[in-house]
Amino acid sequence: TGSFVLPGAHGVQSASSASSTKMASGQQWVLVEMVQAFYEAPAYHLILEGILILWIIRLLFSKTYKLQERSDLTEKEKEELIEEWQPEPLVPTVSKDHPSLNYDVVSGPPSHKIIVNGKECINFASFNFLGLLDNERVKQKALASLKKYGVGTCGPRGFYGTFDVHLELEERLAKFMRTEEAIIYSYGFATIASAIPAYSKRGDIIFVDEAACFSIQKGLQASRSLIKYFKHNDMEDLERLLKEQELEDQKNPRKARVTRKFIVVEGLYMNTSDLCPLPELVKLKYKYKVRIFMEESMSFGVLGEHGRGVTEHFGVSIDDIDLISANMENAVASIGGFCCGRSFVIDHQRLSGQGYCFSASLPPMLAAAAIEALNIMEEDPGIFTILRGRSIFTPSLKVVGEVFAPALHLQLEQSTGSRESDIRTLRGVIDYCLERQIALTQARYLDKEERFLPPPSIRVVVTVEQTEEDIEKASSCIREAAISVHQRSQDRSLVTDTASNRQPFS
Amino acid sequence: RWFLMKKYYNGIYTGLYSVLCMQSHIVGHNAVLYNKPFVESFEETPLLVAVLTYMGYGILTLFGYLRDFLRHWKIEKCRVASERDEQKDFVPLYQDFENFYTRNLYMRIRDNWNRPICSVPGAKMDVVERVTHDYNWTFEHTGTVLKNVINMGSYNYLGFAENTGPCADSAAEATVKYGVGVSGTRHEIGNLDKHEELEKLVARFLGVESSMAFGMGFATNSMNIPSLAGKGCLTLSDELNHASLVLGARLSGSTIRVFKHNNMQSLEKLLRDAIVHGQPRTHRPWKKIVILVEGIYSMEGSIVRLPEVIALKKKYKAYLYLDEAHSIGALGPRGRGVVDYFGVDPHDVDIMMGTFTKSFGASGGYIGGKKELIDYLRTHSHSAIYATSMSPPVAQQIITSMKCIMGEDGTTLGQERLRQLSENTTYFRRRLHEMGFIIYGNENSPVVPLMLYMPAKIGAFGREMLKRNIGIVVVGFPATPIIESRARFCVSAAHTKDMLDTALNAISEVGDLLQLKYSRRTRLSDDEEADHLSYLVSYED
Repeated sequence: TGSFVLPGAHGVQSASSASSTKMASGQQWVLVEMVQAFYEAPAYHLILEGILILWIIRLLFSKTYKLQERSDLTEKEKEELIEEWQPEPLVPTVSKDHPSLNYDVVSGPPSHKIIVNGKECINFASFNFLGLLDNERVKQKALASLKKYGVGTCGPRGFYGTFDVHLELEERLAKFMRTEEAIIYSYGFATIASAIPAYSKRGDIIFVDEAACFSIQKGLQASRSLIKYFKHNDMEDLERLLKEQELEDQKNPRKARVTRKFIVVEGLYMNTSDLCPLPELVKLKYKYKVRIFMEESMSFGVLGEHGRGVTEHFGVSIDDIDLISANMENAVASIGGFCCGRSFVIDHQRLSGQGYCFSASLPPMLAAAAIEALNIMEEDPGIFTILRGRSIFTPSLKVVGEVFAPALHLQLEQSTGSRESDIRTLRGVIDYCLERQIALTQARYLDKEERFLPPPSIRVVVTVEQTEEDIEKASSCIREAAISVHQRSQDRSLVTDTASNRQPFS
Repeated sequence: RWFLMKKYYNGIYTGLYSVLCMQSHIVGHNAVLYNKPFVESFEETPLLVAVLTYMGYGILTLFGYLRDFLRHWKIEKCRVASERDEQKDFVPLYQDFENFYTRNLYMRIRDNWNRPICSVPGAKMDVVERVTHDYNWTFEHTGTVLKNVINMGSYNYLGFAENTGPCADSAAEATVKYGVGVSGTRHEIGNLDKHEELEKLVARFLGVESSMAFGMGFATNSMNIPSLAGKGCLTLSDELNHASLVLGARLSGSTIRVFKHNNMQSLEKLLRDAIVHGQPRTHRPWKKIVILVEGIYSMEGSIVRLPEVIALKKKYKAYLYLDEAHSIGALGPRGRGVVDYFGVDPHDVDIMMGTFTKSFGASGGYIGGKKELIDYLRTHSHSAIYATSMSPPVAQQIITSMKCIMGEDGTTLGQERLRQLSENTTYFRRRLHEMGFIIYGNENSPVVPLMLYMPAKIGAFGREMLKRNIGIVVVGFPATPIIESRARFCVSAAHTKDMLDTALNAISEVGDLLQLKYSRRTRLSDDEEADHLSYLVSYED
């Protein structure tokens, strides 16, 4: 079957008008020549041409659109189809005892002392590393700001949603991090998730660590770039991928010239609590000419002598990292997030960062609180040393992460058989501790959405506010809980053979 | 790579084409579904104006190329920040032409955006004065403050952007009690009693079974739509939907099809075709179809044809996701948004989404609906599991303002604000119309776009208005179609008649100065107009 494409009305018009001038001048001559050629042509030629013309006419008028004919449904059939169609329910039903349906209720501030489900506990769960959440100075600054500006900003940054406080905070963050420029977002999660797609587009390539947190994953997805995962903190694996790409680039240098390449890592990994090998990453960056984006939500205000994060920890120049993003919801204990780096990079987000352009800006009182938090961090860098000194020691559960990480993962030494039963076992530990006034929480994930699902764990957070006794108490409490749970699970394991659970990051 | 440029040129071409074959058509409607006249107008762009606008862009583009040429040969100083020397041999982070528009068009009028303010974004605000010595590449603060600028730009519909009064007081109490942060997600010890209180109240306010609140309005869309739709699902999205809805639909992995703005024929055709033909290639039936619409469209000032959308969604068994970012609080006799405005049953909308940024003077967003829906979101929403929960003083601001709207504070102050907003809207729109401006949208929408068309007038209007101490928002491509640059006013209940009059006089003055009174409909008498428009909308494009 032949398909016939009609040129668009424009095409015909422009083509004919373009050639009309030429034709007018030579038209007569051409016509004469044509008639002459007709007389001179041999008979077989004319017959052949005649057949060709007939063939074309046949093609033009023959019915060739059988495909369309077949799919032509009558109105009645359509109505029937519409009548018959039954959609799936909007959402599947959630069982009443789903482990995360009933949230623990916190009354009052989730600071050092926290009231969980009516019981006062010591908080080992909130990311309030520096204890700034109910800091009196921070509160006073927030209140003063509230008195001046009210709560909301009633608009995005572009449309009268830029307050002098925002500009001050951006300047302070840039100064604190020793970078040229910083940009703030009104939501921590949206920060890196908006930043990545602002630069990396379809056709670009992102090399990313398997353990990358969920907000990075969403950013990758939004960018529609080609994503290449390397094994967690495995520089050889990354180099293998980079080499592969280099070979690929040599094959197609024209494409390579416009294909941007990025490495996206976390400073201190949220899901594994370990550090990225930044010095090696920087070496690879220059060797293979790939840019580095680093998410530092867990390390900003924690690592380094002045709390500047992983770059300071390793003594790597911050200019070697193209973009650093972090939220202001952990150490800074406010709301929102920021990106910092050179103006050449950061400024682009002011028009291209979706979460920046299209969202209401950060309430000024939260920005004011963040500024005061930065003041405190600058005045007393000693707190970072204190924080890094804190650690939980629990021999009966597997501790995952660096010793100086403020949030560690406690996993079961041995899986009890399935993810569900592991989660239940850990919940047992948490409940045991809650009884004894230690507030803990499990690290939660969306099992089906995570690219590489980390094994179930309890996330223990240490802060500067906890005393030695608090930590001692928590450690022993977790130990007791783990032993009793371990006992129970051993009893159970006689019945169900322990199938080893896949633990990608351990 | 060429995407933006292509979009820019396509904008010019398709626009030109539509000017050449300009048609007007009137769309018939199901009048029975409406309980009141639905009057929305989009007056056609005058031909001469359209042609001049294209010429304007043509000249700007030519000059852009010329200046890029000069910059390339270092004849003109290039002020764009440059790459580090160490990374000069990397693949360029931006393609040169990617920023053509920013560099050559936006930069000329950049001073109209991101104007910093240093007060409550209320009916009047204080704007920090800026100057530029390098043609808008950088700004300096002069140290003076433009006091009491009338604010026609903030989404402060009910005037709850306040630093005194019950809302601010209660927010201050919450700050003292809780602090400002939460440092945890809803799932991980970040679920405060304040959040539970807020969610119960929101559900009651909306008239739905249950609700959930999130820390950011944008993320409410982009992080929850993926939990509701997925592969094998179809999302039908209005062409003018907000970026957050588009992003959410994209992240969900579902197939996205776009229908013409507020055009029910277009929507119905997509619905029919989708069900009849099923998924592309395999022809499997779609798992589910979700319709994404907004209550008030923030750039058009139009109101969704909700009764018709509901009729369609019922007929074709689709699900309806309604984003009330701008309409909640701003529409309806009880301030319950478009649902209230049209008097339809909130249970007919499957997913009621909205934000707290605008009418409530706070920040964040919510989703309301059946208990099963919210339970599912509680366990599967990206936001609940991975994002820090809402700041307690912000939650408190919402609670207090919402109770005020509901009259649960024991006063009629909320009711008065609603009445005032509606009066102000009608007055403001009527006066602009009388002056002869082309204004878009629904007669009851507090979002009022005034058409400027020509690129040069974007900058001129914004500046002239600020000179007269009035802060307004101007928008152009890519937020609007290339030819339809506009100014936008957001009417607030906090505006007094005096303020509106001052603003209107200034608009009229600048309108004369810049020859903005394009409308050819002004002379129509009121009776005649009513005849024309009852239950009907004339769409002319």
